[in-house]
Amino acid sequence: MDALLSDYLPILIFLALAIGLGVVLILAGLVLAVRHPDPEKVSAYECGFNAFDDARMKFDVRFYLVSILFIIFDLEVAFLFPWAVAFQYISMTAFWSMIVFLGVLTIGFAYEWKKGALEWE
Amino acid sequence: MTIADLAFYAFAFIVIMAALFTVVGRNPVHSVLWLILAFLSSAAMFVLLGAEFIAMLLVVVYVGAVAVLFLFVVMMLDVDFAELRAELTRYVPLASLVVVILLMQLVLVFGAWSTADGVTVLARPGAAMIEGQPENISALGLVVYDQYILLFQLAGLILLVAMIGAIVLTLRHRTDVKRQNVLAQMYRDPAKAMELKDVKPGQGL
Repeated sequence: MDALLSDYLPILIFLALAIGLGVVLILAGLVLAVRHPDPEKVSAYECGFNAFDDARMKFDVRFYLVSILFIIFDLEVAFLFPWAVAFQYISMTAFWSMIVFLGVLTIGFAYEWKKGALEWE
Repeated sequence: MTIADLAFYAFAFIVIMAALFTVVGRNPVHSVLWLILAFLSSAAMFVLLGAEFIAMLLVVVYVGAVAVLFLFVVMMLDVDFAELRAELTRYVPLASLVVVILLMQLVLVFGAWSTADGVTVLARPGAAMIEGQPENISALGLVVYDQYILLFQLAGLILLVAMIGAIVLTLRHRTDVKRQNVLAQMYRDPAKAMELKDVKPGQGL
């Protein structure tokens, strides 16, 4: 347990350094840089026009579909990790149960391919 | 106080603050970013508990996929968020009811806590059969796929249903656009695609 945590200590140090450096750089910008804001200077500028409307527009629903399909295969991979790590020691049942699992998801993959869910028109 | 304790309190504080800002944040996109921070810090807390695999799953699945899904959902909605925000106080009774139910469920879970057979043996330090491997990943790998085979296969079927459901619900094929047919392109050859005409001089086609 302690060995495990000391393995992660470099990541913690790295994290602290990264956060510290980020904060220092932002603060240095705030403290050292010359700032004379005025309304014209900070307003949105679009090639000489005033901005027409908000830049945040609605996303297409197809992004959502791609993202859901990504999550599903992400989870499939998450199931693969313990199987692969313990591969040398697992039983034949465990091996074939994973193959069946992959087969089921391959059926889903074939379905989505056939339906054209992966195509972007 | 060791470094681990300090790290625990720091990450616990970050989780709570990030969750608070997720709820009270004005901009929903910022809320999602706070949520990502909460996920990352809870992953760090899982590492502190020794549950490496769950920590990495939290990063890969929740930060990598679920948060992106939330961002898409937020960007897909065209709701006037300022208006929603103004009605926040109206939902406080409902929200507190949900919180109370959630707390009661947590108490129930904590009260009825028991470990399954064989898990305690695997969780004991040094009991993992595989030398030099992260312990809880191999412990999981040894039980999930044969002892809990039914639940595992059920998980696969649920993923399949989710995939088909998402496709059925959101896939709309527009008929008025030209699509590329890769097979047709590959099977196309010059003999079928063009025709050579021998045009006599002085005559048109």
